[in-house]
Amino acid sequence: MIAVIDYKAGNLTSVMKALRYLHADAEVTADPEVVRRAAKIVLPGVGHFRATQRLANGGLTEAVHESITKGAWFLGICVGLQWLYEGSTEAPETPGLGAFTGMCERFPAGIKSPHVGWNSLDSLRSDSKMLRGIPEGGFVYYTHSWRAPVSADTAAQTTYSAPFTAAVERDNVMGVQFHPEKSSTVGMTVLKNFVEL
Amino acid sequence: MLTKRIIACLDVRDGRVVKGIQFVDIIDAGDPAELAHRHAAGGADEIVLLDITATHEGRGTLIDTVQRTARELFIPFTVGGGIRTADDAAAVFDAGADKVSINSAAIARPELIDEIGQSFGAQAVIVAIDARRTANATDPVGEAEVYVSGGRKPTGRKVVEWAREAEQRGAGEILLTSMDADGTRNGFDCELTALVSEAVQIPVIASGGAGNAQHFADVFGRGRADAALAASIFHFGITDSRALKAEIQRAGVAMRLPC
Repeated sequence: MIAVIDYKAGNLTSVMKALRYLHADAEVTADPEVVRRAAKIVLPGVGHFRATQRLANGGLTEAVHESITKGAWFLGICVGLQWLYEGSTEAPETPGLGAFTGMCERFPAGIKSPHVGWNSLDSLRSDSKMLRGIPEGGFVYYTHSWRAPVSADTAAQTTYSAPFTAAVERDNVMGVQFHPEKSSTVGMTVLKNFVEL
Repeated sequence: MLTKRIIACLDVRDGRVVKGIQFVDIIDAGDPAELAHRHAAGGADEIVLLDITATHEGRGTLIDTVQRTARELFIPFTVGGGIRTADDAAAVFDAGADKVSINSAAIARPELIDEIGQSFGAQAVIVAIDARRTANATDPVGEAEVYVSGGRKPTGRKVVEWAREAEQRGAGEILLTSMDADGTRNGFDCELTALVSEAVQIPVIASGGAGNAQHFADVFGRGRADAALAASIFHFGITDSRALKAEIQRAGVAMRLPC
C-alpha cells in the first residue's frame, strides 16, 4: 500500500488521480500508524515550506523517519522533496527531515520567480531507479520558487539561471522537484517506476 | 532549458466550447473534456478552461465539466469563470483543477488573491486581466485600461498598476488578454505584453490575436511573454500544438519538443 500523506498543503487530487490511473493501491492519510505500516510513502506538497511543520506536530516526521530506516520506499514531490533536506530559507524555523544535506534557497533576484513551465532533465544518473526509461533532456513541469542544491545524491538536474536538483535518490529515499502528476508521459513514467518498485 | 508554453484555451458556455470574435459572435466548437484530451495528446503544454458566461450571468463554474475534463488529464489544468470566493476556488481544486484564474472578482475584492494564495499557494492563482489600449491617450499602451465582465465594463484601473498589485498580493501568474487583438487572428499585442512582463517578476501569459506561428514567436520574443494562449487557431483544424510548436521552434524559440 502507498500512503499519500495529507498535511493540508494544497490539494492531493492530482497526485491521487495519477496513482489511481496507474492502478496503484494508494490511500490518503494523516495517521502516523498508517504511514508506519505502508510499504511506500508519497509526500506531495505545494505551497509554503512552513506547512511541513504540521508533519512534526502530527507525529508524521517520526513515522516517516522510522519507516524509511526500515526500508520503506519514499517519494517526495515539490515541497515534499525540499523537506528531505535540512530545511528551507522559506521557513528557517521549520527543520526538514535532513535525509540529504543542504538547505533549499530561493531563486536569485533578476530572474522570474516562480519558475513555471516545462524544463529539461539533464545529467541523469544511470543507476536511478525512479528515472528508468526517462530520456536525457526529457521535459517535466515545474512551479516553485525555492530549490535544492546539486549534490552527489542528485539523480537529475535542471537549469534555471543555475543547476538545481530536479530529482534526488539514495537507496529507498527519493524526491522530485517537478510535478510528475502534471508532466505528461515523462512524469507518468516516474510515477510508474515508483509504483512498480 | 525552460521552454515557452503553448496553452490551449477552451472558452466554455453552457457546457460547450465556443470561441467569440472580439467577445461577441459565438460559434460552437465541441465538448470541453474531449477537446482538452485532444489538445493534450496533440502536444499542448497546458489547458485552460474559461467559463465565459459565468460572470455576467451569475452562474457558478461548471464543476461537472471540470471533473470530466480533469479525469486522465496529466498536464496542468486551469479553470476560470465565476470564482468569487476562496470556497469557490476550493470546489474547483477538488474537482481536479491545478490553478484558478480570477478576473472580475479580484478587481471587485483584491483580497481574494491573497486568500486563495494563502490556502493553495501562489502557484495556484492566475490573475486574468482583460486589457484595452486607451486610444486617445498620449501613451495608448502605457495607459491601457482593465475591463471586466467579459470585456464589457471599464474599471478605470491601469493595466500595469493592477498587474503589480496582483503580484504583490501573491498571484503566481498573469494572464493578459488584449481586447483589441482578441479574435482578430492578426497577432498578439506585443507592446502591451512586453510592458506588463517587464513590470512584474511573475510569468505572463499572452492572450488574444493568435493567427499563425510567427505571431507566437513574436510575442515570446518582442512581447517577452512566458506562455501564450491559443483557442480558435486549433479548433477548426488549422493545426495542432505539436505542428505549431515545431514551427515556432524553427523561428528560434525553445519549445517542449518532442511532446
